[in-house]
Formats: sequence, structure tokens, C-alpha cells
Amino acid sequence: MEESTTGDWSETGLDESDGGDRDIEQIPEAETIIEARNLDVYYGEERALNDVSMSIPEQKVTAIIGPSGCGKSTFLRSINRMNDLIDIANVTGELCFKGKNVYDEDVDAVALRRQVGMVFQAPNPFPKSIYDNVAYGPRIQNDTENLDEQVEQALRQAALWDEVKDRLDERGTDLSGGQQQRLCIARAIAVDPEVVLMDEPASALDPVATSKIEDLIDELSEDYTVVIVTHNMQQAARISDKTAVFLTGGHLVEYGETDRIFQNPRNERVEDYISGKFG
Amino acid sequence: MTEYFEEPDLSGNRGFQSLREGFYKALFFSFAAATVLTTIGIFLTLFVDALGFFRSYSLVAFLTGLDWSPSLEPVSFGVLPLVFGTLTVTFTAAVIAIPVGTLTAVYLSEYAAARTRAVLKPLLEILAGVPTVVYGFFALVYVTPVIDFFFPGVSTFNVLSASLMVGIMTIPMVSSISEDAMSAVPDSLRQAGYGMGATKYEVTTDIIVPAATSGIVSSYILAISRAIGETMIVTVAMGMQASIPAVKTADVFGLGIPFVHPGEVFLGSGQTMTAAMVQIANSDLAGGTIAYESLFAIGLTLFAITLLMNIVSNVISERYREEY
Ligand SMILES: Nc1ncnc2c1ncn2[C@@H]1O[C@H](COP(=O)(O)OP(=O)(O)OP(=O)(O)O)[C@@H](O)[C@H]1O
Ligand SMILES: [Mg+2]
Repeated sequence: MEESTTGDWSETGLDESDGGDRDIEQIPEAETIIEARNLDVYYGEERALNDVSMSIPEQKVTAIIGPSGCGKSTFLRSINRMNDLIDIANVTGELCFKGKNVYDEDVDAVALRRQVGMVFQAPNPFPKSIYDNVAYGPRIQNDTENLDEQVEQALRQAALWDEVKDRLDERGTDLSGGQQQRLCIARAIAVDPEVVLMDEPASALDPVATSKIEDLIDELSEDYTVVIVTHNMQQAARISDKTAVFLTGGHLVEYGETDRIFQNPRNERVEDYISGKFG
Repeated sequence: MTEYFEEPDLSGNRGFQSLREGFYKALFFSFAAATVLTTIGIFLTLFVDALGFFRSYSLVAFLTGLDWSPSLEPVSFGVLPLVFGTLTVTFTAAVIAIPVGTLTAVYLSEYAAARTRAVLKPLLEILAGVPTVVYGFFALVYVTPVIDFFFPGVSTFNVLSASLMVGIMTIPMVSSISEDAMSAVPDSLRQAGYGMGATKYEVTTDIIVPAATSGIVSSYILAISRAIGETMIVTVAMGMQASIPAVKTADVFGLGIPFVHPGEVFLGSGQTMTAAMVQIANSDLAGGTIAYESLFAIGLTLFAITLLMNIVSNVISERYREEY
């Protein structure tokens, strides 16, 4: 474990004011890289996140699960401020990345997103060559000294290199869905971000492509912090170290070690949700 | 043992359906055919009458002649001065409409807030709906005096004011079609760009504009075709003086560089192919005379140029097909 460069975690993840309805564990064994404190997100009048506090450990996979419309994507987008792009979205509370509240006046969302990459539900490669897709991030950051190596490394990390190394100049949009999604992952990690956010990255893919992505996420967690939204409970159980369960109304209801959450959920509604009784 | 249900009725009998379908097909076909036939008819008329002209006037002399004077003896039907007039207007209009229209489209599609766009778009569409005679009048009455302020002695009817107005008239065409093309780029690509930490400018220039190239270029071609065919503004504001300015030679480091004085091109009168056709059609030239028939020769030339533009446009859209 590296030396801590970030804010203390002693107060992370705890919501002391709140009694029995929530169960949010501390994360004592790893450094916190992202921490939400009393985070609320509104779309106009509608409240999509309700007083969310949690801390996400560095270089782990944290899964976010919950029924449709409970605010999973909203939470993910609030981490890299993609909510800024939605006119009616309004965020209150704090979201700290390495101890810095990203909603502070002096934070530039563009700079933040260069360290917190994102992979979307549907693969969205640029209509450019495979190479240019991966090179896009390094290029806009003027980090092109070893561009060829960076592109190759990112594609290798995304387990796509062997499939595309002979046709890097073909269009990214001509790949299969699963390949496109791995290309998008390669594109996101080519700039060596701290965090990779993934919003249901495998939901548009078949089982084989899905399992490739899952293997990949496992490997990515050696170098990156991964926060992944998924609808697939088995997937969350398989790939994540921590699991956060959101329930309707944008409440974070339970958060802790994945194994513990799935074997022994403390909250009744979470238990119902996990065992498929609703959601 | 499988027990079947009663045999289902799949005959789909809705009464005379083949007859009705046949009738609908014939009906729709007749409308499509009428449109196509009209076009062919126009082309044939143009072609036959133009042929009449070329029986009495050499095609080569028409295409290469430097003098257009259909009514003053000795008559001469060199089309080049008219082509030059049309090209000058079109080029100048394009120089105005393409950058202004494209940047407007970028602003509307990527930068403007929803509310701003809701106001600006309809306004631009109003600009597109102004009758061109109004633009022509505006050029004559308001633009020319302004030009006269900067370049005293400009002709009342001049190429510059007409060209500027044609350019302004075609801006909405470029901006509206380009904006449609940019708005049609899927939001997921914008998200991808912003998610990578691209700025708005980077998303616009690296992702949106390239992805919308085919539509943007189409808007240019359409605007250019529109400028080539524009008639009213040039008839009202540009005069009737078909001429090609003298090519002079500048001595630059001992090299003779040919040039044309811009003042001669823009500040005097000129005439486009369309305006020349209007002039002939309005004159008291009797049908059947060679001057009258020259109208169709110009028409055919215009038709050929526009056809060429369409082909170029198709080739370009094919090359930059949207692939997102
Ligand atoms: N752009 C938006 N504008 C307005 N309301 C929105 C917007 N995005 C989300 N919402 C609302 O916020 C709430 C949470 O949405 P969110 O997309 O975060 O849910 P989710 O948990 O990701 O759901 P799903 O599993 O279906 O993706 C929903 O009620 C939704 O209607
Ligand atoms: Mg979602």
C-alpha cells in the first residue's frame, strides 16, 4: 500500500446521525480515494440522490447496485461532474476526490475528468480509427511523446491488442460490440487515470463478451480504482470488493464488503432486493 | 398424438384487396411519374430550343466568346462574361455564407443554451423566408450607399452589393442544414468526449464537426447551387453590364504576374446568367430570333453547372458518410 497522499479516512463513510435504516461501513484497510459527504442531486425539483455519504477505496472495485431509477448513474456522474452537462441537474453536499471537493469553485471539471475516466453503458467509440480512438486522450493532453507505446499498452490492458494490432487504422465503429466496449475501456485508460467509472459496461453485450469485460475489470483494479454500476447481482458479487446498494429515492441503504453484503445483508430491504424479491 | 385446433383462417380476405392495392399503386405511381415527366419535359424544351440556337451560332463561339451583347448590332453571344458574373457572385457569397453559417451552426448546436436556441433558430428561418426581391432592394438602397462611403464612385448597380446580399441570403441555408447535421450526432459521442476530459471546443472540433462533415458539406453545396441560381437579387441590384475585366500584368521581381483589379470586378455593374435570361425574357425580342433562343442556351449551361454541383455533392456525401 502506498503512502497516503490524500485526506484522512477516519471520518469517511460514516453517517452517525442516521440510525437503523442504513448500514454504511468504514473502509479501514485501504486508502479512500473518493468520498461523498451528504451528497444530494436534484433534477429540477426531483431529488435523485438523497444524502449519500460513502467512501470508495483506492485500487479496488466498488460495485453500485440497486433497482432502476434509484440514482446509480446519477451518483457515478456526480463523481466526474458529468452532471454538469445536464442543465437541470443541481448538486449539493461534497464529493471529494483525493480529499479535494470537486464541487469547489476552483475545480475545473475538464481537469477532473482527465483523472477520472468513464466507460458508458453502450459502447461509444468515436467515428475514427482504432488508433485515433485510443490516442484521443493523450492527444488532448499533449502527452504524445510515446504515443504508439501508450496506445499499445492501453489496448493490451484492455485485452484487445491481439485482436486489432493488424488493423489499427480501421474504424473503431466497425468492431463488434464487445470489442467496441473494450476499445472504450482502452480509450479511458490510455491517459492513465486514477479512477475508471463504468456505468453498466456489459449490459449491451453477450455472455462471452461480458465475461471478457469482467476479467478485464479484475485486472484493471491492480492499477486503477474502478467504480462500476451494474444491474447484474452475480456480476457485482463476482468482480467487486465493495458493494453499495442504493434503493428507490436515491438512498444509499447499505455499503460494505461485497461478500458480507451478499451473504449477510443487514438491511431487510437490501436482503429482499438481493434475493430478488423486488427491484 | 397431436390434436390440432380448428384450422385458422389465414386467407386475409379483406375484400377486393388485390384490386385496391393495384389501384393505390397506380395512383401513387402516376404522381411520381408526373413529377419525373415534368422534369424531363423542361429539360427537353431547353435542349431542343438550345439546339435551335446552336444551329445558327457556333457552340465554340458561345462557350469561348468574351462578349455578350444579344441586342446591339453587331450581336455577339459569348457566354463567358455571364459565367464570370455568376462565378463572382457565387464565390463572394460562399466566402460570406460558409464561414458565417458554419460558425452560427456550431454556436446553435453546441454552445447556445436551449432557450437561446429556441429564439435564434426561428429567427434564422425567417431570414431564409424573406423574398429575394427584398434582398435585392435592400442591396440597392442600403448596401450600395455604404459601399459608396468606402469606395466613392461605385456604380449604383454593382457586383459587390448584390454578391454580399446573395451571401447573406444563403447564410440560413448553411447554418440550418449544418446545425441539423451537428445536432444529429448522437449524444453518446459528446458524452464520450467530455468523459475523456475534452473541452467544449475540443468536443466540437474533434468529434462533432468531423462526424457531421457530410451534412455540413451538403449544406455548402446547396448554398452554392442556390447562389448560382439566384436571380432576383442580381437582376435588381447588379445592373446589366456583362463584362470580363481586363487582365493586367504586375511586374513582381521581374515576373509578369497576371491580375485583375478587384475594383473593376466588384464596383461596376455586372450580369449573371440568370439575370441575362431575365433581361432577354423581358425584352421585346420576338420568339424564334437567335437572341431569343440564346436564352435557352444559357439555361442549358446553367442546368449543366447545377447538375455538376449535384454530382460533386453526391460524391462528397458518399465519401464522408456519417458512420456513428
Ligand atoms: N437527465 C435527467 N433529467 C431529469 N431527470 C433525470 C435525469 N437523469 C436521471 N433522472 C432521474 O433521476 C433518477 C435517477 O436516475 P438514474 O439514471 O441515476 O437511475 P439509475 O439508478 O441509473 O437507473 P437505471 O438502472 O435505470 O440506469 C430517476 O428518477 C430519473 O428519472
Ligand atoms: Mg443508469
